Amino acid sequence: MESTVRLDHNHQLTVRDFPYIVKWREDRCKRCGRCTAVCPTFAIEPSIALQREIRSEGIMPEPRVSRKIVTIVRQSTDIDRYCTGCGACTLVCPNEAIEPEYNPQHKFLFHKNKGGHPYTRGGRRNDPNPSALDHLKFTRISMLTDPALDAGRHEFRIRTYLGRIPSPTELPLKVENGRLEINRAVSRFAPPVREIYPVMIGSMSIGALSPTMWEGLAMGITYLNEVEKMPVVMATGEGGIPPRLLKSRFIKYFILQIASGYFGWDEIVRAIPRMVDDPCAIEIKYGQGAKPGDGGLLMANKVVRLIAEIRGVPQGIDLPSPPTHQTKYSIEEAVAKMIQSMAMAWGFRVPVFPKISGTRTAKAVLNNLLRNPYAAALSIDGEEGGTGAAYNVSMDKMGHPIASNIRDCYLDLVRQGKQNELPLIASGGIGKRGNVAANAAALFMLGASAVTIGKYVMQAAAGCFGDEMNRCDVCNIGKCPRGITTQEPRLYRRLDPDKVAERVVEVFKTIDVELRKIFAPLGRSTELPIGMSDALCADDAAIAERLQIGYVC
Amino acid sequence: MCRLVAITSNEYLNPMEAVLALETMHEGHDGSGMGLLLKNLGGEFSDLKDYPILSGICSNEGLRAIDQFMWDAGFRIKHEWRPVLKPVADIRRRDHYFAKVYEYPDDYKERPFPEKEDLLLRTRLALRIMGEDDQSTIVFSFYPDVLAIKEVGDPLRLSEFFGLNDSRLKSKIVFAQGRQNTNYDINLYACHPFFIQGFASMTNGENTAFVPIKEYLMSRGVPGYVGYNSDSEVFAHILHFTVRQLGYPLLYYKDIITPLTPSEMEGRLDREALLLLKSSLRPLCIDGPNMVIGFTPDGACFMVHDSKKLRPGSVGGMKGRVALVSEECGLDSAIPDRDRSLDIFPMKYDMVIVSPRAEEVRVWNQRYGWTTTIS
Repeated sequence: MESTVRLDHNHQLTVRDFPYIVKWREDRCKRCGRCTAVCPTFAIEPSIALQREIRSEGIMPEPRVSRKIVTIVRQSTDIDRYCTGCGACTLVCPNEAIEPEYNPQHKFLFHKNKGGHPYTRGGRRNDPNPSALDHLKFTRISMLTDPALDAGRHEFRIRTYLGRIPSPTELPLKVENGRLEINRAVSRFAPPVREIYPVMIGSMSIGALSPTMWEGLAMGITYLNEVEKMPVVMATGEGGIPPRLLKSRFIKYFILQIASGYFGWDEIVRAIPRMVDDPCAIEIKYGQGAKPGDGGLLMANKVVRLIAEIRGVPQGIDLPSPPTHQTKYSIEEAVAKMIQSMAMAWGFRVPVFPKISGTRTAKAVLNNLLRNPYAAALSIDGEEGGTGAAYNVSMDKMGHPIASNIRDCYLDLVRQGKQNELPLIASGGIGKRGNVAANAAALFMLGASAVTIGKYVMQAAAGCFGDEMNRCDVCNIGKCPRGITTQEPRLYRRLDPDKVAERVVEVFKTIDVELRKIFAPLGRSTELPIGMSDALCADDAAIAERLQIGYVC
Repeated sequence: MCRLVAITSNEYLNPMEAVLALETMHEGHDGSGMGLLLKNLGGEFSDLKDYPILSGICSNEGLRAIDQFMWDAGFRIKHEWRPVLKPVADIRRRDHYFAKVYEYPDDYKERPFPEKEDLLLRTRLALRIMGEDDQSTIVFSFYPDVLAIKEVGDPLRLSEFFGLNDSRLKSKIVFAQGRQNTNYDINLYACHPFFIQGFASMTNGENTAFVPIKEYLMSRGVPGYVGYNSDSEVFAHILHFTVRQLGYPLLYYKDIITPLTPSEMEGRLDREALLLLKSSLRPLCIDGPNMVIGFTPDGACFMVHDSKKLRPGSVGGMKGRVALVSEECGLDSAIPDRDRSLDIFPMKYDMVIVSPRAEEVRVWNQRYGWTTTIS
């Protein structure tokens, strides 16, 4: 006779197969329902269970069995409703009755491809190991042979240049009465150069980010510029920016990005005649470190009315940018033309530079750009950069680490004597473990002129849950529990833009102090320690050898 | 930290005067070496001002190699000075110390001086490379009217060793450095003053931005920008690059190594040019702690500091005789009867320039311009 309860549960998953197992404590739970309401993936749900209870009341044991229906919080075993480990449930629980726990034995990637659709997500490379940058330390400390600078008392000026810098032999100068003057008789293109703070906020689009998050970042950098006098700039990402901002004087704090979908550029081009100031720069995105070979992707559920209007597209459709610019034929011709066209649009007053994903072919790109006088910089985005939406395989298994990529490019520039002419901008994994200033300083010493940060700001300024253990990482579905990467008012209203702005300011002021603390004992205070590789060592011999720096143990 | 003395005068000086001034700062150098650079030579060199002088040290084999090389290159010896060496404890004598004066090769005699300068530089570098492995030849300078002496040891003992007191060696400019060795191995090529094509400098302190500056200079395509056994050698090459290669007036040396901020440039008439220099020559910015004393081919001497004045330095004297030193006690020794109220202690924006023959001392402030103190 067959049991009424089937024991054959093949083709079903258990919570042990999932990356996070929700630990729910029945004794602490008051069944308020907040956790299930806040869960972005509906991984937990209110449910009922039949409980068998044996009780004995009285002096003699007289066990009595009773059965009752109780309400519980149950974790789903549907692969599409997996617990992301975000911890929003823990955040809202008044009694500390629930929390997700990482399950190192999970088999998530074996199953997350239902319908033949590979796993897509937001976030970053799921590799919790320290990056090469975190193996670097600053080992040349001036003490007794020479006095160290005092980070607290000496004057420090932490700035960098964004723009093509002519070599001294190309400067249009003449000597008049023992003084150098501009030689106006020489009609030579004078490239625009901006003096900015060397840590920037990297490209995150107004569609990928929620209105409150984007507004918070924008207010933060504006405050830094106007009140703190720190010229921190922010890149927009693909997708334009609000028309009012385009025509405001604050546009100078923004780097406008044009990418392969050209989203938002109708509005930008139309606004050019009415702009009261120039943008800081134009970034042409050719690649992104988190998902090399893929274009930008904004899922339909994030294309709400505001986004559709800014981008000039219908509402509620997926917006996949092509992996490459459709007009791109070759770097010598089409890319050069695109750089020149963008420069021309603003009367050659705005630096224009390409951004590529970290790659072994970066030096070839670099050398082509060196021959293009309108290329203002080269931005390289390493494999540990973040994204709002991409295939897991792209994020986890494709790309190039930033440290060796930047070092190779810098040493190539040194070999050609052009190390000060084409600034290198590094990004991807800076501040992965929270050491944002140290990672940035290490990249300067390896040869970068500036760095950009994205994920770090999201985590530090808005409390993004994401990490390298695949926690949360649902930026792509528009259900961000923090309200950072969503267009749902219900979610983004959780985020107070004023508080984000305050945190942005705090973050950059902290970075500034920490950079001084690093630079002071190395004896650098008026210029960035670009290429000062003798101050840097690795605690890993292979990394040291690869980066051509010292090894310490 | 090394100790530095430069004396510039309208009369010929015995280099001993600079060595004695160094001695007053003895606690600042450890006797690990001394460098002497003499310009505008007198005595037996007074009639040889147009002929290049090769200064250096060599072994017996090295001497033969030098003579052969120079002969093959078309140089013909015209005069030779050798110190009369005296045995002194703790000074290890090498085979030959020399200053050889040459005639230019026939095909260079009528060429413009810059071409001659390039020939001299290439020749010096070839000789340096020739003896680099076995230290059989060490050459410090090869240039008209300039002579260099360097050796390991205490400056006072070295002067006795070289017999400087009784020497007929005289010059109107003497640069002397007492070394404070910061590396265990002592390399004579690391000993200041450094010289290249008429420009010289000596420095105290650590050059914290040595690597990027060195990489920048080495990638300029100028043959002489090599070596760098000392992190201070780049100061001489930045000077050469600024004035000779780029053709900028000397003052811009200060603007390049310690650039003003854009707001500080506001009062300068050349601010547009300065902004371009600041970005274009960003890798040559120093951050100290350094004090630099140098001379240019016309015989002007100068002193500058890093942008925070992390090193001392003073200038004093009278018309016709001025000293630039790392400590004031050196001034008291070199020019005791000067008007001390005219002593200059240059600050972070200042560049002190002593005109040729010490006719005039002027202080140029990067922000506020000129002040004349001695004329």
